[in-house]
Amino acid sequence: MKAIKFSLFLILLSIFSFVNAQEIPSLDIKNMDGSVYSTDSIVNGESPIIISFWATWCKPCVRELTSIAEVYDEWVEETGVRLVAISIDDQRTFNNVLPFVNGKDWPFDVYCDPNGDFKRAMSVNMVPHTFILDKDRKIVWQHTSFAEGGELELIELIRRLNDGEDISE
Amino acid sequence: MRTLLSVIFIMTFLATGYSQDLLPNSSIQGDFQTDFQYYFEDSLIGAPNVPEKLLSNGYLNLLFTNGNFNAGIRYENYQNVMQGFDPRYEGSGIAYRFAEYKHKDFEITVGNFYEQFGSGMVFRSYEERSLGIDNSVDGIRLKYKPFSGVYLKGFIGKQRFFFDKGPGIVRGIDGELSLNEFIPKLSTSKWRYTIGGSFVSKYQEDKDPIYKLPENVGSWAGRLSLTNGKIIFNTEYAHKINDPSTVNNLIYKDGEALLVNLGYTVKGFGLMLSAKRIDNMSYRSDRTATGNVLMINYLPALTNPHTYTLEAFYPYATQPNGEMGFQGQLSYKIDKGTLLGGKYGTYVALNYSRASSLDMQPINDTTLVMAKGTDGYTSDFFALGDELFFEDFNIEITHKFSSKVKAIGTYALISYNSDVIEGHTDGMFYANVGVLDLTYKVKPKKAIRFEMQHLWCKQDEGNWGMGMIEYSIAPKWFFAVLDNFNYGNPDKDKQLHYYMMSFGYTRNAGRISVSYGKQREGIICVGGVCRNVPASNGFLVSITSNF
Repeated sequence: MKAIKFSLFLILLSIFSFVNAQEIPSLDIKNMDGSVYSTDSIVNGESPIIISFWATWCKPCVRELTSIAEVYDEWVEETGVRLVAISIDDQRTFNNVLPFVNGKDWPFDVYCDPNGDFKRAMSVNMVPHTFILDKDRKIVWQHTSFAEGGELELIELIRRLNDGEDISE
Repeated sequence: MRTLLSVIFIMTFLATGYSQDLLPNSSIQGDFQTDFQYYFEDSLIGAPNVPEKLLSNGYLNLLFTNGNFNAGIRYENYQNVMQGFDPRYEGSGIAYRFAEYKHKDFEITVGNFYEQFGSGMVFRSYEERSLGIDNSVDGIRLKYKPFSGVYLKGFIGKQRFFFDKGPGIVRGIDGELSLNEFIPKLSTSKWRYTIGGSFVSKYQEDKDPIYKLPENVGSWAGRLSLTNGKIIFNTEYAHKINDPSTVNNLIYKDGEALLVNLGYTVKGFGLMLSAKRIDNMSYRSDRTATGNVLMINYLPALTNPHTYTLEAFYPYATQPNGEMGFQGQLSYKIDKGTLLGGKYGTYVALNYSRASSLDMQPINDTTLVMAKGTDGYTSDFFALGDELFFEDFNIEITHKFSSKVKAIGTYALISYNSDVIEGHTDGMFYANVGVLDLTYKVKPKKAIRFEMQHLWCKQDEGNWGMGMIEYSIAPKWFFAVLDNFNYGNPDKDKQLHYYMMSFGYTRNAGRISVSYGKQREGIICVGGVCRNVPASNGFLVSITSNF
């Protein structure tokens, strides 16, 4: 009974969520070679940013990023969007992130969060988890999980954002 | 519960209404996850009778931010603990809370925190909810960057132990120097040089009536990283003074560990070779602790984390008392327009990994190896032991045939020492596993995915075959059915079907999934740390959300 009450409470809490569009937190993560990278450097002028949390062992994540990689140049040309992929691979697989990404020939930037500091600060529970940031670096949309064709939804949202629409639901 | 509600109330109060005037830049965010499982007894598959019928684990995180100030809490609720998790989690309460302040190059955290020094071989605190691991430190942590390229960290505290704290005090310092940032001359160099070092120590009172045990156990580690973007080299060596514990059978030998990675990568190609030696490196803030609790350090497994069900049947867990490990990984893209690359290109990934015992020799003619209260054994640093723990050779090929059809094919050859990894006496298992994963796009946002898997094994439970069909409508819906059939079980009565049906609905960052079916008893591993999941038959509901 207690468990049910607790869950009802959580569900209610999420419905009455008090969202202030938030900026991404400022903290140190890593480049794929292990050197320090500050999340303050995740910028894209006046254009939108997509942040995608993933891991080398996460099949849906790799499917999503591979689908995006195929059309990424067109996306950038059309909308000016920048995709930043954050690997949450921990020390076990962290060293293979750079060879993995190069092996896939992905055209976007990849950074690493091996102990989950950025993941926790962004309230990410599981991967894949994708955020869209507007020109002021405020989080305006987020989504978890990936289904085939999900990338079409993503670029559609970027287009609407560029048109000045409010895409937060 | 009352404390929680008041904390939530205060945070809400701060972040909404009044914050507009008082704290204009503040925000509050959070996430929650709750899993329920309803259990049916099933003696055929070995699913036990669960007296409560319904068990659930729930987690709620709240984070408050105002400029340079952050604070957060996590409420956890286990009523009662789900099967497969440590039953000592039973209950509910605030398991994690912290306040953090940053000012320019200085940062202080008070309360619970997660941290990793180097590769974690002397210190890593982390949360891995799927394994029920949370060894966060409750104490004080400082971070400071005195000069460009110099990163200093220090902490002191006690580790979480379910809804309590462990008996030992843990403290440590770590320094990292990025030479390219520190020395202006090197700032334009193609090569990046990083060196670092850590010292960690724990204190636990000695109350042992027989042995005189060290109350302070120190460990240190040094690391080095060199890279020019194509060549990657990094290494870390760790040493720990004698630390007799339940895990190492109270031997007084020092511990040490070495990890070396060497890689070469260019666009379309990646190669990574890794080697490690782990010797008596279990390090916990309670010397009597076993299982996944109160671990101060982290010893990564050098094996491929498989994700397909049958390939993940026989996973490896790092042996902290001693192992030699090797791994080679190759990723390669065959260009599009070539014979094998086709119209879209083909990806090939090869992985070989092997873990075996250390070469352990008795300290003298009259003492057995690992005898209690002795120095344990001697071991040549570079010598390999005779016993194979685990070996895995696997290949994965990903190919897109057309805009509608994609396929992944994998094959793995696995040798698994169940005596060492599970502590049983069933000997070695040799398994071959093949997987074909086909995706067919019916419409741009609708797809059907088929997974066909087969496992060949002459030991353990024999052969298995699995089929799955999944239908997804992006970005919101998925439906799946699968059957995992143990048709080759040597015991005819155990040639059983493990079927499962599931669906999920995702709306932005909120997700609900419901599944019904049977699950085989097995091991779930993340990062080389594993937990046993008993067989189950029932409904599982998972809800996650962010706000």
